[in-house]
Amino acid sequence: MLSIKNLHARVEDKEILRGINLEVKAGEVHAIMGPNGSGKSTLSSVIAGKEEYEVTDGQIFLEGEDIGEMAPEERAHKGIFLSFQYPVEIPGVSVTNFMKTAINETRKAKGEAEMPANEMLKLIREKSELLEIDRKFLSRSLNEGFSGGEKKRNEIFQMAMLEPKLAILDETDSGLDIDALRIVANGVNKLRSENNAVVVITHYQRLLDYIVPDFVHVLYNGKIVKSGGKELAYELEEKGYDWIKSEN
Amino acid sequence: MSKYTEEELKIELENKEYEYGFYTDIESETFPIGLNEDVIRALSKKKEEPEWMTDWRLEAYRAWILMTEPEWANVHYTKPDFQAISYYSAPKQIDPNKTLDDVDPELLAMYKKLGISVDEQKMMNNVAMDIVVDSVSVATTFKKTLAEKGIIFCPISEAIKEHPELVKKYLGTVVPQKDNFYAALNSAVFSDGSFCYIPKGVRCPMELSTYFRINQAGTGQFERTLVIADEGSYVSYLEGCTAPSRDENQLHAAVVELIAMDDAEIKYSTVQNWFPGNKEGKGGVFNFVTKRGICEKNAKISWTQVETGSAVTWKYPSCILKGDNSVGEFYSIAVTNNFQQADTGTKMVHLGKNTKSTIISKGISAGKSQNSYRGLVQIGPRADNARNFSQCDSLLMGNNCGAHTFPYIESKNTSAKIEHEATTSKIGEDQVFYCNQRGIPTEKAIALIVNGFSKEVLNKLPMEFAVEAQKLLEISLEGSVG
Repeated sequence: MLSIKNLHARVEDKEILRGINLEVKAGEVHAIMGPNGSGKSTLSSVIAGKEEYEVTDGQIFLEGEDIGEMAPEERAHKGIFLSFQYPVEIPGVSVTNFMKTAINETRKAKGEAEMPANEMLKLIREKSELLEIDRKFLSRSLNEGFSGGEKKRNEIFQMAMLEPKLAILDETDSGLDIDALRIVANGVNKLRSENNAVVVITHYQRLLDYIVPDFVHVLYNGKIVKSGGKELAYELEEKGYDWIKSEN
Repeated sequence: MSKYTEEELKIELENKEYEYGFYTDIESETFPIGLNEDVIRALSKKKEEPEWMTDWRLEAYRAWILMTEPEWANVHYTKPDFQAISYYSAPKQIDPNKTLDDVDPELLAMYKKLGISVDEQKMMNNVAMDIVVDSVSVATTFKKTLAEKGIIFCPISEAIKEHPELVKKYLGTVVPQKDNFYAALNSAVFSDGSFCYIPKGVRCPMELSTYFRINQAGTGQFERTLVIADEGSYVSYLEGCTAPSRDENQLHAAVVELIAMDDAEIKYSTVQNWFPGNKEGKGGVFNFVTKRGICEKNAKISWTQVETGSAVTWKYPSCILKGDNSVGEFYSIAVTNNFQQADTGTKMVHLGKNTKSTIISKGISAGKSQNSYRGLVQIGPRADNARNFSQCDSLLMGNNCGAHTFPYIESKNTSAKIEHEATTSKIGEDQVFYCNQRGIPTEKAIALIVNGFSKEVLNKLPMEFAVEAQKLLEISLEGSVG
């Protein structure tokens, strides 16, 4: 699904990613953990194609295709979804209108006709039920005045609507209370299949109790310094990041 | 490299040509340039006007020559040479008896190009249209349907001849001849415009619409619109404007007067798309317009405008809330790009008790443009419990444009409640990236963000106009993120 080879990236003059290698297969869940400033969010932005990051070396493949030169929207059309750590507000644009535009732009890029209104409504109803979202919520302006939990749930709702091949969840647990965390995690689990993959970026082990990873990677100073199974997350929780820092 | 960079966007935007920049080759009869009393007399004679009208014009002219052009607006331009303008240009061969079928096919083709085919308007939109090309009303549709309800909707030149008692009684009562420099000029030389009268208790069954277009080179367009809503009546009036692209600046100085008698309501909507000048700021229309309405008891006037065109805009649709419990509203979207300058806003003059006004202004600036909101809320000593709410939001794109807000508040009554809110924001790269990540390309993302920003005002427009306005916003701002 996703294959990252020797990825180096910088913002302005500062090198943040210093040779990342990562293989994610369909049906797998990978967790990327690491202390603050280790490059976790940069990695997700670079995969999504944010322009302020300059890739200086290495490649990113999605299903064997090099996506390194693609615009962010083209990557989205290919099936990459990023759940943002800090989703932005777009005043006056309802969640429904935003999703309608996103789905139809993706279909347009693939040469397909717009989704008929009744089909769109059905899809919205289905996915909002799946994520226990009040339909009134969908007519509100995108992220405007949303609580932390609402913002994150809205991100997962969008993921459900767009049905990506690769979903990257960037600190989805931050700002969530335990109930919201459970709802969000359940949503993600329901969306998992043999045909898609999930990369969970998190600072804490807490989320991984709900979204159980197949692999855990530890990112430090722009490199993956340790990989293992889900037990690695517990070890980290127990020993703290100082353990990683002292070894590197 | 498939990335669509900001630089490429900027280049595309700059090269985006004005979509309505074509010139129709119809024979027209144009007065020689210059202005003096003889020209006014000739103009009045040409239009077969009664003597009182000629005198009224001359009175305005005599006031105008003593006036100076105002300079307080936040706009900079080379002042027009008023002696270098022709004050009358009419498409030739006007026959007052002709129907729509007889209209010059080239003219009709022009409307088609504008996307406002008269037939289409007639059939689909239930809109009665009065079309002013340069200076003369060409055809008025739906007259018969309206006449059955006693509604008069015709070119003002016709009203002067056929309904002189109404015109004489109301013309210049809201915007006096000497009101300001441009209003005085308009009063002296106005060539045509629309006249509308809704009788007592009648609800006008359709939207009334006027389409303005400046065609001839070196002419000014001076329309005069007079809308009278008698007691308890209702009318919704739409006005659209375009102009062909030319190198020289064209002058447009219109006057609109609205009279809402007791319990009447007038909704006046404008979509203005005059040629804004090219990307170097050359050419474009100077749009100096005076629009004002007066509300009697329990009356309501609502101005909605979408301003995307003109090189320079100077325009303040206003309400005089004379009657007790009367209501004034102003909803505006003003878009400026490249070198456009807009100084627009409103005046709400509260005279009666329990009068209420609402101002929602959305300014969007891109390129090297300057966009100013200028508003006056005035509460008179007798206006007990007057209320005003104003909200002025500005959206900036790029680093070379400007947004300015000049709110003036004058209150002479301690029971008045006045609220003013203002915000300025910039379309952020983060917002665009968020949209991109969901598969929405940058151009579409900007359109989405701008439409969201303008939504409160777009919602106030009649349906068919709202769609057009939305498209105009997209065209005017394509690719202007920075």
